[in-house]
Amino acid sequence: MSVRPNARPAGHKPPFWRDRAKRALIFQCLLIAAVIVFLFYIVGNVQDNLSSRGITTGFGFLNNTAGFGIVQSLIDYSSQSTYGRTFFVGLLNTLLVGGLGVIAATIIGFIVGIARLSPNWLIAKLAAAYIETFRNIPLLLQIFFWYFAVLRTLPSARDSLAFGEAFFLNVRGLYLPEPLFESGFGLIPVTFVIAIVASIALVIWAKRRQEATGKRIPAYWISFALIFGLPLLVMLVTGVPITWEMPELRGFNFRGGITVIPEFLALWFALSIYTASFIAEIVRSGIQAISHGQTEAAQALSLPRNLVLRLVVIPQALRVIIPPLTSQYLNLIKNSSLATAIGYPDLVSVFAGTTLNQTGQAIEVIAMTMAVYLTISLLVSMFMNWFNARVALVER
Amino acid sequence: MIHNRTMIEPKPAPSSSVGPVAWLRSNLFNGPINTIFTLIGLYILYLLVVPTVQWAFINADWVGTTRDDCSREGACWVFINARFTQFIYGLYPRSEIWRANIVFAGFFTLIAWLAIPRLPFKHWVAVFALVGFPVIAYVLLHGGYFDLPRVPTHRWGGLMLTLLLATVGMVGALPIGIVLALGRRSNMPIVKSFCVIFIEFWRGVPLITVLFMASVMLPLFLPSDMSVDRLVRALIGLTLFQSAYMAEVIRGGLQAIPKGQEEAAAALGMTYWKRMGLIILPQALKMMIPGIVNTFISLFKDTTLVMIIGLFDLLGIVQAALADSRWLGFSLEGYVFAAFMFWIFCFSMSRYSQYLERKLHTGHKR
Repeated sequence: MSVRPNARPAGHKPPFWRDRAKRALIFQCLLIAAVIVFLFYIVGNVQDNLSSRGITTGFGFLNNTAGFGIVQSLIDYSSQSTYGRTFFVGLLNTLLVGGLGVIAATIIGFIVGIARLSPNWLIAKLAAAYIETFRNIPLLLQIFFWYFAVLRTLPSARDSLAFGEAFFLNVRGLYLPEPLFESGFGLIPVTFVIAIVASIALVIWAKRRQEATGKRIPAYWISFALIFGLPLLVMLVTGVPITWEMPELRGFNFRGGITVIPEFLALWFALSIYTASFIAEIVRSGIQAISHGQTEAAQALSLPRNLVLRLVVIPQALRVIIPPLTSQYLNLIKNSSLATAIGYPDLVSVFAGTTLNQTGQAIEVIAMTMAVYLTISLLVSMFMNWFNARVALVER
Repeated sequence: MIHNRTMIEPKPAPSSSVGPVAWLRSNLFNGPINTIFTLIGLYILYLLVVPTVQWAFINADWVGTTRDDCSREGACWVFINARFTQFIYGLYPRSEIWRANIVFAGFFTLIAWLAIPRLPFKHWVAVFALVGFPVIAYVLLHGGYFDLPRVPTHRWGGLMLTLLLATVGMVGALPIGIVLALGRRSNMPIVKSFCVIFIEFWRGVPLITVLFMASVMLPLFLPSDMSVDRLVRALIGLTLFQSAYMAEVIRGGLQAIPKGQEEAAAALGMTYWKRMGLIILPQALKMMIPGIVNTFISLFKDTTLVMIIGLFDLLGIVQAALADSRWLGFSLEGYVFAAFMFWIFCFSMSRYSQYLERKLHTGHKR
């Protein structure tokens, strides 16, 4: 064997730039230095710019009086309230449209996704047409469509579209009857909670019993009856302690009842319909991902069809469906910020819009707004990691 | 005996098992529940299609110049006709539109060349599209060189601006995304956490706050004597936002390459950049094209948000035209037109991405 001519003698160290660990260390130090220099540059510029514009930094502005009204608020708010309060009004409005949007998008999405797999050719094609239409049109355009082309062209209050004598739709929004709870009503939520606890106990007991004896009882049907029947029974016994306050036309507008502003309706429709088209595709691919052998094997064990679905197909499909589904929910909540384009008072519109314009505190306001969305994203992705770890396939 | 050795012609299958009747029976009317569903579906179709066709075609008005030419019984496409140039080019001066047309033609030729698999010299065309064409497009659109009059960016708009924002955002995001994706897979803890924070930050906030940040906060970050064009600010915001999503697509592509590839390259004594540049990225990027097209579709739709910070993209210019007092009350026509334009682009891109996915499915999948 020949010796390599320039082999190093033992003990001779290679130069530091050939040592991978040292190189990594130097590279990372350089990165940190670059980031610090960049931050210093920005902070310096920001200070110069702010002092030349006469803006003081800090969160003191949150205690100043806002002086503007907000059309929809879930908590007490008037134009005498502080900027800090506008933040919470906006946040709650964002969460309201986000939460209701998630519910509606899930329902529509699952229906369309299952219809997409229907053996009925027409139904499957209709579902496909729905998905391809709404997925490929920008959300902002859909919001504008619902707001300016549909809800803004409705008749005025006097010629409202009436559904029965309880629901009215006109250019100012949707008017619904408002439930007024009488004194005996407190009992009903209590029975509702009791029924839920009882049915959870029943399901656990039924499962244990089945594992011990092999005998089954229809625990889910019984708990369904419990949860809905018991409060209904209590309601009838106590003499229906609810009255409905109907919206009434007085002068040029409706009084009483619940008013849903058209901005909310447009945003809610558009968000639900748009996101549902993505959810439908997720549901379809999730169900298709379960191999047909699973269903056949379950049928070979002579499981009835509903148990095949409940015990074999759905748990496996959910493992595929849930991660992309949560990211669609996140998208929906982030997309609700488009509210600002039609003036629905969400966080971005009220806080990063009006408050920012009035106070000029760009950095604080944008940072707070971004922090809210980042927190929501972080919480959801933490939940998703937990869920993934729980349902992940345990491989042998 | 004489045997008849010719085969008897097979009889056609009964019409109950082949042909349109059988198709109808097996796909639409097999069983009472399915029949009910079919009838409901037909009713929905009737409710949707008949009024739409009547509005958009039968009762529509196509020719004319003012709103008086519209009968108002159906769609008034006269409005779209009158505003068409504006919807495509924004407020670009009429006498200079030939420049935008050249850029459009070059853009679509290059895209078609890159998208159609049979055409040769893909690499050179790609290099030209990424390096040469942007310079030519900038010189032509912006002007100020070779005696071309300058057209300031606030006059750019319409479909032209939408395409410009989407492609520049995309092309700018690709290299940043590659660096971020490589950084996220790095062994160096600080580099890795830096990339993770960067990616998760941009992915966690809505685009609209990014655009607000780019339009409100960016001027604060820069020295006071430096002013950045509004279009450039929007582009910076879009690019940073898009690069985070791109990084995740690229990371997915990198993870799909078997580890043996990198180990084999390392065994041959290649350095990190050689391993990535010559072995890993060429394989990964090819597999990532469908994912990249999908993020491009969402970026294309998201560019509509720039109208909130005052740029007139396709939707922005339609929205502005709807406020024109001579053409009040045609919002439905305007939105249908804009939706149709966006739909054509997004739908064809998503079909192309599905086609690529099928084509790339062979062999590479582990």
